Amino acid sequence: MSTVSVPLPAWINYGLIPLLNLILAFFFSGLVVWGIGENPFEALQLLLIGALGRGEGIGFTLFYTTSFIFTGLSVAVAIHAGLFNIGSEGQAYLGGLGAALVALAMDSYVPWYVTMPFAVIGAALFGAACAAIPAWLQAKRGSHIVITTIMFNFIVSSLMNYVLVRVLIVPGKMAPETRTFLPGGQLPKLDWLIAMFGGKIGAAPLNFSFLIALIMCFLVWVLIWRTKLGYEMRTLGISPTAASYAGIRYSKIVMITMLISGGLAGMMALNPVMGASARLQIEFVGGAGFVGIAVSLMGRNHPAGIVLAALLFGILYQGGAELSFDMPSITRDMIVVIQGMVILFAGALEYMLRPAVVRLYQQLTGK
Amino acid sequence: MSLDSPKEPAIELVGIDKKFGTVHANKNINLTVAKGSIHGIIGENGAGKSTLMSILYGFYQADHGEIRISGKPVTIRDSQTAIAAGIGMVHQHFMLVENFTVLENVMLGAEGGQLLAKGVASARKELKRLEDDYGLEVDPDAVIEELPVGNQQRVEILKALYRGAEILILDEPTGVLTPAEADHLFKVLRVLRDQGKTIILITHKLREIMAITDTVSVMRRGEMVATRKTAETTVEELAELMVGRRVLLRVEKGAANPGAVLMSVRNLTVKDSRGVTMVDNVSFDVRAGEIVGIAGVAGNGQSELLEAIAGIRKPSSGEILIDGKPVAGLDPAGLRDLGLAHIPEDRHHMGLVLKFEEYENSILGYHHDAKYGRGPFLDLDAMRKDAEEKIAKYDIRPPNPRLRTANFSGGNQQKIVVAREIERDPKMLIIGQPTRGVDIGAIEFIHKRIIEMRDAGKAVLLVSVELDEIRSLSDRILVMFAGKVVGEKSGEAGEQTLGLMMAGIAA
Repeated sequence: MSTVSVPLPAWINYGLIPLLNLILAFFFSGLVVWGIGENPFEALQLLLIGALGRGEGIGFTLFYTTSFIFTGLSVAVAIHAGLFNIGSEGQAYLGGLGAALVALAMDSYVPWYVTMPFAVIGAALFGAACAAIPAWLQAKRGSHIVITTIMFNFIVSSLMNYVLVRVLIVPGKMAPETRTFLPGGQLPKLDWLIAMFGGKIGAAPLNFSFLIALIMCFLVWVLIWRTKLGYEMRTLGISPTAASYAGIRYSKIVMITMLISGGLAGMMALNPVMGASARLQIEFVGGAGFVGIAVSLMGRNHPAGIVLAALLFGILYQGGAELSFDMPSITRDMIVVIQGMVILFAGALEYMLRPAVVRLYQQLTGK
Repeated sequence: MSLDSPKEPAIELVGIDKKFGTVHANKNINLTVAKGSIHGIIGENGAGKSTLMSILYGFYQADHGEIRISGKPVTIRDSQTAIAAGIGMVHQHFMLVENFTVLENVMLGAEGGQLLAKGVASARKELKRLEDDYGLEVDPDAVIEELPVGNQQRVEILKALYRGAEILILDEPTGVLTPAEADHLFKVLRVLRDQGKTIILITHKLREIMAITDTVSVMRRGEMVATRKTAETTVEELAELMVGRRVLLRVEKGAANPGAVLMSVRNLTVKDSRGVTMVDNVSFDVRAGEIVGIAGVAGNGQSELLEAIAGIRKPSSGEILIDGKPVAGLDPAGLRDLGLAHIPEDRHHMGLVLKFEEYENSILGYHHDAKYGRGPFLDLDAMRKDAEEKIAKYDIRPPNPRLRTANFSGGNQQKIVVAREIERDPKMLIIGQPTRGVDIGAIEFIHKRIIEMRDAGKAVLLVSVELDEIRSLSDRILVMFAGKVVGEKSGEAGEQTLGLMMAGIAA
């Protein structure tokens, strides 16, 4: 019997079902924790307190959240046009070069708020440039975007190795990284934001790019649901034949969408490069681009959902780090397992519980 | 055979009731189908025929009510239990694996054991028997995609019979067939009936009901409004029962008053993606104030011709002129700016984005028009207001611009497309299959709009596989066969003449 066509109220679709999926993910993670001889309830408590208990923890959680919002938006924009961009990782990495070059060029002359807009543009341009070639190959040559974007992750990785080891490295130093930016090339911390809620930010690297991420959420929402371009992207994403009927040019939309998507991924670099470490380091993206795929999937490709999903992954990252610190038998790898459970239940098995929920709902409402 | 015949019932539906949210798709349906009869079910799109048959075949379960097969109450949970109960279904869109052979398709899901060889042998034998008993001739080793549509349908029927179906449900079976293929299908159905099978035929074509059924039931808005012996009813009565009011079955139109040539096609050749020539050196003109109909069996190049004129498909040679000027290189958007509107053949894949809300579809292709927004932004209020006006004018139901387009019935979906294209007041209108899968009430409405466009001095090019439609609307008829225009007739040409030309026999 089919339950796919049965409509459910929004609070069940967007509230209850994701919550049940999450509970299921935590239940199975708990089994794993129990299996290695630790108390799962204690572990959960440590995780939540670590992520949300103190101002500093919240600061770290929101720092990770910021990166995931950018990469989540990047993936979501592409998905709306029917494109699966899994190159956000590499686009963010190259975006870091754009941001760093702007910071290095301007930090000794102007204050941070003058540098910032140029850094945003620089990061976005470099991220977009990284997406441009796969986009062109898809639009004009039909090379599949999934293949080309993943290849570009490797290309960018090698390129950045070269740039950091040979070009931007500080002479005489061993670490493959740029010099530390002066305050004119740094984004200020959001200590006042944490203070508003009575906490202390401590060493947490939460910075101005969090606000940029929220602004981008709003702009992406406007783009997708309030502009003609967004309308054309959605038409192409849902029905390429209807798009060709409507005179929407495939290659144009593919190019523009991927440039926007790459640009958003590139902006992710502002957070770690200019906000946290104040220098461009090797491998600074650290998988945030791939987490963005899960974030976009869980957030149903909607900016509001992406913020919530990014927050969830921020909590897992920060809480997980604290947890492995407090419970040494739970290693970093265990945290990855728990994150994997969340992706599995909340992302990949999104609709597993739906038929059961539909039946229960029908019984309760007597329909 | 008849309502009060002593024959035992094959199927009884008692008090079937089904709601989808607020939509009451089936209201307390009672239906008795006699064994060994052909029972027609007609009704407009959205009347609840498909829901009822889906309940019978186990896609949905009824909220209330009982299904009895040969007098015994059964619970049909899914298609497996339906097949076990002896119910077979032939879907409107075939469920065949295109690159498998007939034999492989027939045995798919009923292979009988881990190793194929034994199953293949017994399936081959059984297939031969079915062929001999019912005259369903198909080469068991032919690959599906190489068979004509009529034969593919025969494979669907064989599939059902192979699984031991005693009751066959056919959903709009003639939609894809040529008149000759349809006749052959009817012959097969009569043989099946005479051998004791029970057949339920779902259709909206009244002529078919009259030609083949023994009994006919009419559905309207989720209710079973009447059951008649076919011999004792008329097309007019059935149409009225379906729609709930009197319907004009003939299109009323005055004489055409053709003006200047607005659209010309010169030596047009179009190839498909495999490089096969689909349109072969075609030339014709369409004048202001006339409807030119293109008749032909589906797949003879009409679709490609329409897509080329609409700018969707690039011709490999030849010219299309609008107002005497060649328009090569213009895309659909550019052609819309010249006043060319296009109602596409396939509203599901071209004319509409089914996941969009209604008001979003009502601007598709015209989303750059100034009245729908400024600069890069869309004006959602203006779009919705505009959609509401079209909904009112075209009586689109339910009148809700925020409803997902997929949730409208076929007829109402088509009205959304027609309203969008006609209300822009184009100079030229090209139309593919204007009433495919559309109910009688909406057909009448759409035909009237097309005639109005002609009378307002627009050039109309109409492609349809429904010969009746072409004949009743067109002022001139071109017949296409194998990519070529094989002849031109006046709008009064006889069905016989056109039918022979469509088959490529008389040019």
